[in-house]
Order: sequence, then structure tokens, then C-alpha cells
Amino acid sequence: MKNYFKYTIASVIAVGMFSCEPEFENSVEDQGFYSNGDADFSTYVSVGNSLTAGYADNALYKQGQENSFPNIVAHQLKHVGGGDFTQPLMNDNLGGLLFDGQVIATTRLVLGVDAEGNPTPKNIAGAPSTEITQTLTGTYNNMGVPGAKSFHLLLEGYGNAANLAIGKANPYFVRFRSSENATVIGDAVKQNPSFFSLWIGNNDVLSYATSGGAGTDQTGNLDPSTYGANDITDPNVFASVYSQEVDALMQSATSGVLINIPNVAYTPYFTTVPYAPLDPSNPSFGPMIPQLNETYGMLNNVFAYLNVPERSIVFSETAANPVVIKDEDLTDLSTEITQVLMANGLNQTVATLMGMQYGQARQATPEDLLVLTSRGVIGELNQEHLEALLAMNVPQEIAAQLSVNGITYPLTDQWVLTNTEQAIVNQATAAYNAVIEGLATAKNLAFVDANAMMEQLANGGITYDGGMVTSAFATGGAFSLDGIHLTPRGNAIMANYIIRALNETYNATVPVVNVGNYSGTPALGATE
Amino acid sequence: MKKILLFLVLISSVSVSYAGGYRVSTQGQRALAMGHTGVAVVNNAELAFFNPAGLVYLENKINISAGVTGVISNISWQNTQTGEHIAADNPFSTPFYLYASYRATDWLTLGLSVYTPYGSTVEYPTDWSGSHLVNTIDLQAIYIQPVVSLKLSEYFSVGGGPIFVTGGVKFNRNLNRTLTDEEGNRSNVEIDASGVNGWGWSAGFMFNPTEDFRLGFHYRSEIILEEESGEAVFSNVPNSPLAPVQNGKVAFGAKMPMPAEITVGLSYQFTDKWLFAFDYNRALWSAYSSLDINFAPEEYPDSINPRNYKNASTYRLGLQYQAMDNLTLRAGWYYDETPVQSGYFAPETPRNDSQGYTGGLSYQITPRIAIDAAFTYLHFKEVEESYDHYQENGQEVTFEGLYKSNAFLPGLGVTINL
Repeated sequence: MKNYFKYTIASVIAVGMFSCEPEFENSVEDQGFYSNGDADFSTYVSVGNSLTAGYADNALYKQGQENSFPNIVAHQLKHVGGGDFTQPLMNDNLGGLLFDGQVIATTRLVLGVDAEGNPTPKNIAGAPSTEITQTLTGTYNNMGVPGAKSFHLLLEGYGNAANLAIGKANPYFVRFRSSENATVIGDAVKQNPSFFSLWIGNNDVLSYATSGGAGTDQTGNLDPSTYGANDITDPNVFASVYSQEVDALMQSATSGVLINIPNVAYTPYFTTVPYAPLDPSNPSFGPMIPQLNETYGMLNNVFAYLNVPERSIVFSETAANPVVIKDEDLTDLSTEITQVLMANGLNQTVATLMGMQYGQARQATPEDLLVLTSRGVIGELNQEHLEALLAMNVPQEIAAQLSVNGITYPLTDQWVLTNTEQAIVNQATAAYNAVIEGLATAKNLAFVDANAMMEQLANGGITYDGGMVTSAFATGGAFSLDGIHLTPRGNAIMANYIIRALNETYNATVPVVNVGNYSGTPALGATE
Repeated sequence: MKKILLFLVLISSVSVSYAGGYRVSTQGQRALAMGHTGVAVVNNAELAFFNPAGLVYLENKINISAGVTGVISNISWQNTQTGEHIAADNPFSTPFYLYASYRATDWLTLGLSVYTPYGSTVEYPTDWSGSHLVNTIDLQAIYIQPVVSLKLSEYFSVGGGPIFVTGGVKFNRNLNRTLTDEEGNRSNVEIDASGVNGWGWSAGFMFNPTEDFRLGFHYRSEIILEEESGEAVFSNVPNSPLAPVQNGKVAFGAKMPMPAEITVGLSYQFTDKWLFAFDYNRALWSAYSSLDINFAPEEYPDSINPRNYKNASTYRLGLQYQAMDNLTLRAGWYYDETPVQSGYFAPETPRNDSQGYTGGLSYQITPRIAIDAAFTYLHFKEVEESYDHYQENGQEVTFEGLYKSNAFLPGLGVTINL
């Protein structure tokens, strides 16, 4: 008993005296181990769109938000006086939105398997539980609003649910705006940031691009309130709203980082589906080739006669074939085609059909970019077109033959970003980027060339301790399953670019993160 | 004789010396207080561990020693590139010993010893930066050994006996650096092997050229603890046919060596009150080349963890001073070189070279009962090290950082002589 007593006392004393952790000569926890340089990182507010919000896998969900680049940067800034960083976290890890109980955005994509057991992106099983009308209270350091364009940040009522129906509000902002009339920038400025990041303008070109150029280039139109969702923002409008936003943030902030707009063509959304995906060894396509060439041969003669032989459509029996697309920038020759075919003895109904269907048709070239979502469409029967033909009393067999997407029925505008459309996108992007870099220089702000980063990912890749991160879809590690938004690993790379820019601009020594600790592989889970 | 002594001390001070790994040297408070020397010290029943050959020279017919040590060990880790840092406040572990000897005849002593020479408890914060290597480990091994000690003459004796070991290990780590379930919880595996048994032996001799001077040699064999059907529990694995494993229990096989240890040493009673002791240990750690965990399902990737330990030595010095009739004071020092080679510094046993500073006392309460106390402080220099052999998609990925460890080992025991 006595021994036990002594032992206990000795132990208690020993534990009390010595359980202290061993201390390093220079601990990373010591004040001054890392330096904030000339910047004040105490209150960080990040402003932007889905990329800032941590949107990934076609949804906003908690894990994605936790791995948003602003959150990663904010964590590292804690070493140099950074404060807490709050985000308007979603209600779940499923993603998706409810508006008055109705699903208005679906759950996130995970890698599932198709009927044959092959990996394919699918929606994660479960029902969205984030109701946008349950507005959050408080302020949020992360002011990333998925879907926002440059001018939306200044738009009053962008968080007013009543404006959703007319397309003048954003459901994500409805969730956390301070009041119905609040602007995104206003809510950001109210927090008196000492430091900010601004990455906006992506959607000003991206929605046009992801819709395959289905929108309008609004260059020359200075009134953004008249723009459609898929339109390209006028560069002067961009320049004006962007500098207003920077000025607003710099009312309190003495330091910040501006991030430019990557060329959309660097994302796997545009680089995954090849222009020539039709494989002659495919048993459901190969045997059709002779008959296809016979039918198209008749059309090719017409193209030759009309002096547009470059529109000829020929399928090879040995090599991969380009899809047939509808290029809206081609002169519409519907009437001419119909006339020539009729002159050659074809009956009027068929000649009219052929004219309608192939008036702006051509085969894709390596310069055309097929969007990621065209993957599930090419070679499939186009039901809508089939029904339209049947309604015109076209016999079932012929109607079906004329309704195969990308083979007989030209892929419509939304599936293809043609080289003409790319040029429009690139021109606008370059104009925005000139504004961004110019402002960064003029205001002595840090600048991150995200365009160069994405180019590096697309051409060669970026090394990390576990190998190479590239922009390859699903396997490259940088892009999530929607092909546009970054994985946690892509966000970590972005965060390191920002940290290096801050260190350089402000003579700081903020530590970078280990990219390998952030997931670059597609998320797995039970699917619907 | 003094020249030899001086020579040995010189060797010890210029040699680079070793030990470490998951060896925990707390097999007797009296020995530990003297730098854990004892292969040539005839003092009490602790000889049953240090050198059974010496038991036969104990004065009393029955000798019993028992004790327990509280191991308080701490690890700090940081990475200056990334600013990551953690502190592992490891659970208090309590290695113990119990030794008894009985002199059957003038030339024969029988004994029994129970001791815990190997063990490790490390607990990192869950999901820390190195969690793909280890979150927690709890390794324990109990040695039970009957011993025989034979006096061949006043000058020479031999001793030894078979060893039965029963042990177990619990080991928890994350499956890799990034896999999570649908809610973002890191996918994890915990392996649990308990009641794993093994056999070995130890033998030694003691040589007493003069009344005051003893030499000792002791060898303890390698014992491999092999688990054939342990239980591995996978958790937080996403619910997908594409996941590398599924949630739930599977069987696994693994083995872990308790390496052989050779000890030579001497003791010299240079006055009535003063005794000096020196031990040299050589632990044959090269037996620990890889920790391989083979999961029973064919489709589960096995866990291959190269360790590539090297044989390691420890040099130990101890002094004993008879301060009063009923009070003995002791002090010691040792230098322990790690068996872990550069580039194989896995956080599960993050031990670099260390120095042990020891002290203690015995207080004779009655002529038959003494209390033994010892205190050890283990000092590790901070070290920039890495484990370079973690595999990720066929590529070796380094886990590195600055480590600093320390350990405090207060211990208490009792010695009974009948």
C-alpha cells in the first residue's frame, strides 16, 4: 500500500513535470518563424465565382468547400497573423439545392460504374437538403458565388429569391446574402478585409463556351442587364465593373491578389472527347459505313456543284472518323441543296429534309472542341429529331436513319465549340486578362497567372511528390468530374500559386502546402 | 586492471553507439539507475534478466525483485516547408518485471523471470500529416523465462533458460493520403493481433577473476512473433465497387521480430563503497527488414513497409555508492544509437540516437525488504529525417520533417531477500 502510494505520488509529479512536449530550437509555431512581410493578412475575404466557392464535381458540397483554394490559403495565412476564415457551408456532402422544397440543382458527381461495370461519372445517391430560402446569418470570408459573372457582383438583389424566376438572382447567394438588396461586393466590403483575392470573369466567357457557343458575343453592348445567360460579356463592361470591384475592396484592404482567366480550352471539359470518336471497328458503326458513304456521296456531289467541296462528308473504314457537326458560322445552303437534289430527280420531301439537315453541316476538324457532355450523345438516336421527322410523315425507317447524333444528324451548336467560336472566346479572355494584369500592376497587388497554370496542366503537367498532375479527365488529378472545376489537389496547386505570388509581392514567407495531401482522384460513393 | 578499465571507458567515449527501435530498457530499477548495466553486477534478482549465470552468486537463499516503470514519451514533428506541426502525447505505458531466484544447492540456483523488453505506444493526432504511415501503435510483449544458474567454481558460472513470449500489437493508419468516404472521413485500417506466442532462449556466463572484478556475457535469442489470422478492420471506405477494399473485418498475417541481443560487460568494486559497471549491448535489428501485412482476401493490396533496420549497439556506464548502511545511491549514463537508417525514419518508432541519464536509490526498510527507485531522462537531438519508401501508385513518396522526442521514465521497485 505504501509502495503504491509513493508510486502514485511520484508518477503524478513526474507526469506534471515532464509531459511537456519537446520543443524545437525554431518552432513553426513561434511568432516570426514565417513572415507576413509588407502585407496584413488578418482579415481575408475571397471574392469570386464557383472556383472561389470550392464548387467541384458539378455541385457545391461541404468537402469541396473545405478544399476551396481560399480556405487552403487562409489556413496557411494563420502562420502570419491570419484570422479565422468562415465559409457558407452547405447542409451536406451531397450537393444540390432546394428552392421551396423543389430540387433546382442536382447532387454531385462521383465515379460510379455503368451496366458493364466500367467507371463512369454518376450522381451520388441521396436527396439534396440545402434549402436556399433558409438564409444563413452572419458574415462569410468566402464570398465565392457559383455562376456569378463579373457584373453580377455589383448587382443589387442578386441574393433576392424573388428575382430567381427572372434570372436576376443566384440561388447560392440567396443562401447567405446579408439582405435582399445586398450585392456580393457590398457584403464583402462590409467585413473590412485587410486582404482579398478576386477571381472573377470566368463565367463571362465560360457559359458561352460550355454551351458550345450557343449564346451571343455581346461585345459592343454596354448594358449587361440585357445579356442572356450564355452570352459573352463586353470587355469594356468587364473592365468597368472589375475596377469598381477592386476599388471597393481596397477601401479597407491594403493587400490583395488578382487572378486571371484561363483559356477554357485548357480544361478537360473541352479536351476529353476527340473530334474523331467514331471507330470503324465498332460493330454498331462499322457495317453502316458503305451505306453512309453512298448516301453522303450524293450530298458530296451537291457540295462540289455548289463550290463547297470542303463540306464533303466521308467515312473511312480503317481510321477513326470525325463526327458530323452543324457549324452555325457556315453559310446556310439548305435551299440550294434542296434545289440541286430535286433537279437531280430526288423527290421534294426527301430533298427538303436533306437541305434542312445538312445546310450548315460539315465533318469536325482537329480545331473543333467537343464538349465533355457530348460523350453520352454521339452515336445515339436523337429522339427529338426522330419525332420531328415522324411528325412530318417521314417513314419510320428513314427517320431513324437520319437521327443518329454526329453520324447522320449533325451535332448541334451546343455540343461543339468550333474554331470560330473559340476565337471569340479567346479574344474576350485576352481582353479581360489585360484588364486584370494591368490593375494588379497599377494597384501594387499580387497577380496570379491562372491561364499559365492551366496551360502547364494541359501541356506537360505540374510535378508533385507523388508524380505529375495534369488536366486529363478523371485521371490527371487537377480537374473534378465536371471537367471544369478543380479537385482538392487542383485547389492546392492554385493555393500554392497564390502563396508564392504573395511572398514575392509582399516579401512574405507564407509556407506552401503539400499538394500530395490533397485528393486528386475522383471521389467514390454509392450512386443513383 | 585500472588500465583496462580506462581503456574501455575511452572506447565508449569515442565510439558511436546505438539501440532504440522498440526496445524499452527498464528491466530492473537498480540496473536502470546505473545506466541499465548489469551483465556483470551481482546485486539482486534482476540478474535473472541481465545474466542468469550470476544468480548463483547471490548471498540469500531466496531473492525477489519486482518493479514497474512509467514511460512518458513525447514526440514533436514539424515541416518547415508547409508549416505543419503536431505533438504526440503518447499514452503512459508501464513496462514491469518480476524476478525470483531460489538457491537449491550451493552450486545450483533456479529462477523465474517475467519482463517486458519490447514495446511501443505512439499516438499521433488522428489524420495528422503522416497518418498514411501511422495514427497509433500499441506493441506489447511479455517474456516469461525459467532460468538455471550453475556455479562451476568461485570464478565461473553459467546460466540460462527457455523464453516463452506472448504479445500483441494494435496498429492504426489511414489507407493512403487522400481516400475518404462520402462524408470526407479518411479511410482507415486497424490491425489487431493479440495472444501471439513465440519461443526463444537466453544463456550467459560470469567470470570473476578477483573478488572485486567481474566479467559477464549474455545472449538472448531472436524471437519472431508471427500472427497468422489477426483481425483487420477497414472503416470509412467509400461505398463503391471501385474502392480498393470494403468496410468490415478481414483476416491478416504478419510477423515482427524481437531481435537478438548480445551483452558483454564488467563491474569493478573499487572501494568498499563504490562500484563501477560497464555494459555493451549489440541488438541484431537487421532481422527487421520489412513489416509486411498480408490481408487474406486476394484482391486486397498487401501492405509492404520496408524497415531495413541495421544492427545497433548501446554503451552503458553505471556507478553505485553505498552512502549509508540502509541507503545506496546510483547514477548512470548511456548512449543509444538507433537501428533506424536514414530514409527509413517511419513515425511509428521515430527514434534517433539518444542519451540516457539515469539515477536512483535503494532504501533498506528492513533487513529483508528494500525499495528501489530509478529515474531516467532520455534525450534526443532534433533530427531532420524522412521515410522514403511509402508507395503511392507505384511511386515512392517521401514523408519528412523535423522530429524531436524525449522520454521520462520514473520507476519504482522492491527487492526482497530471504
